[in-house]
Amino acid sequence: MTARTWLAAAALFLVVALLTGALVGPVHIGLLDALESVVARLPFVHLRSPLPPTDESILWDIRLPRVVLGALVGAMLATAGASYQGVFRNALADPYLLGVAAGAGLGATLAVVYLPSGFGFANALPPAAFLGASVAVALAYAIGRSAGGGSGGATLVLAGVTVASFFTAIQTFIQQQHSETLEQVYSWILGRLPSSGWDDVEILLPYVVVSVAGILLHRRLLDVLSVGDEEAATLGVHVGRVRLAVVVCATVGTAAAVAVSGLIGFVGIIVPHAIRLVAGPSYRLLLPLTVLVGAGFLVLTDVIARTALSPAEVPIGVVTAFFGAPFFAVVLRTARRMAT
Amino acid sequence: MSAALDVEHVTVELGGRPIVEDVSFSVEHGEWVTLIGPNGAGKTTLLRAVAGLVPFRGEVALDGKPLRRVRRRDLARRVAVVPQVPLMPSAMTIREYVLLGRTPYVSYAGREGRRDHAAVEQALARLDLAGLAERELGTLSGGERQRAVLARALAQEAPVLLLDEPTTALDAGRQQEALELIDALRLDAGLTVVATMHDLTLAGQYAPRLLLLSSGRIVAQGTASEVLTEAIVAEHYGARVRVVEGAVIPVRA
Repeated sequence: MTARTWLAAAALFLVVALLTGALVGPVHIGLLDALESVVARLPFVHLRSPLPPTDESILWDIRLPRVVLGALVGAMLATAGASYQGVFRNALADPYLLGVAAGAGLGATLAVVYLPSGFGFANALPPAAFLGASVAVALAYAIGRSAGGGSGGATLVLAGVTVASFFTAIQTFIQQQHSETLEQVYSWILGRLPSSGWDDVEILLPYVVVSVAGILLHRRLLDVLSVGDEEAATLGVHVGRVRLAVVVCATVGTAAAVAVSGLIGFVGIIVPHAIRLVAGPSYRLLLPLTVLVGAGFLVLTDVIARTALSPAEVPIGVVTAFFGAPFFAVVLRTARRMAT
Repeated sequence: MSAALDVEHVTVELGGRPIVEDVSFSVEHGEWVTLIGPNGAGKTTLLRAVAGLVPFRGEVALDGKPLRRVRRRDLARRVAVVPQVPLMPSAMTIREYVLLGRTPYVSYAGREGRRDHAAVEQALARLDLAGLAERELGTLSGGERQRAVLARALAQEAPVLLLDEPTTALDAGRQQEALELIDALRLDAGLTVVATMHDLTLAGQYAPRLLLLSSGRIVAQGTASEVLTEAIVAEHYGARVRVVEGAVIPVRA
């Protein structure tokens, strides 16, 4: 298939996922009615939404914000995963590689435990998680640099692991001291998409746009990095600068996504690898496909998360792993058969 | 007119230990010079210094311009490097791989243009790879891999070509083929070639001038017949050999 066909297929997948997310739920909303309601909101269109006010409100105030948020988080985590795998040339690199998860976890725990309850847990948690994640990655980068090897990828990954275990230790210690807040922290760590209207979307959108755009700008250079730091240098690339730029983009975006949605695992590994297996390793095609498919994937996963045990919700991180792992195994098998 | 490459009093230290010590030589435009020497003599390190990959003391100049004042991108337009064991992503196609050679000509966030794709096609045709362009690197034989790497270096359109052990992974026939090809490229593109080699016979057959490095210093230089003598090889390689018509033949005691 050509690049254009792959992109069209991925875009179609995203559209189907978005519609599924908008239409599936305890209250039935028809496809045509929903589409008409969307068209009616366009400027210069003089059309009345066919939906009764409650359905209109369910669609616009509950489902669509959550679907869009899921798409943003999914696109961000998947793209960050693909770019970490590229700059570190490590198939197992994920968006949480450099201590993002541990830092965000510590930030969230500190906010839950130490901020006065009147402060509003929901308001304080995202910035605290974002701050924690940023501190962790900055620390990992500083340690990686000081350990020598300069731009060496392996040193940086080791520094990330070090920072992550240190932060996790502190977080666990604080958590044990304050077991009364354990459940709040735990539910955040498992990952969930909040249904809090458009506020979270507005917070996250600029981060995702800037971060994904920044990563996409580097897609040709990520291909060059695949021949190794030294050869990339002989081809005229400042490897350290490119790595830093991509890591900063991916980390800022990931930290913002984690702050809103908690720790949703597996998306950053499974989506890029599934695409690599079917569409090849070149980042020029891989990255745009990852943005689209990652968005669609998380929206569909969220549909399962909120319907499987309805009216209760399964943490979305659990669903991504539960359905993601077998799906990935199938992709691995079929891709190998196609190759041989 | 200055030489294509001037190396003056270059010393390279790695981990506080001198690997290359006070080495000087120059290479004229279109010349082929091969660095020989026992394992650990500093051949590869010297090549890496010339490629700007390791810090060094002394001076390296390209066309009279000091390496320190050449930006990385401009350096890549002047010097192409073929490493001893290139890292070749197995699922990448030959064409994608050769296109990487155009990196120094594309702006930071830019895409390759018509000129770049034309250079790639030319390099593929020159190395008889046009028919294999869509093959993945993981499926290639040793000889085909070597040609793909050379095609990438050729697409780079750099006047100086640095080759680190270009024949190590190849059988006798492919070794000859690769060296003939490099020599042909040198002649028709006017390339300046600096190589390192272990096979002394081949080194002497292809390079009009040899530099023998031992413990980081140049201990002999000149034509094959001047450098490849039984005494010199015995002294620096600790090998018993006989030299018959340019062929260096190991003998058992």
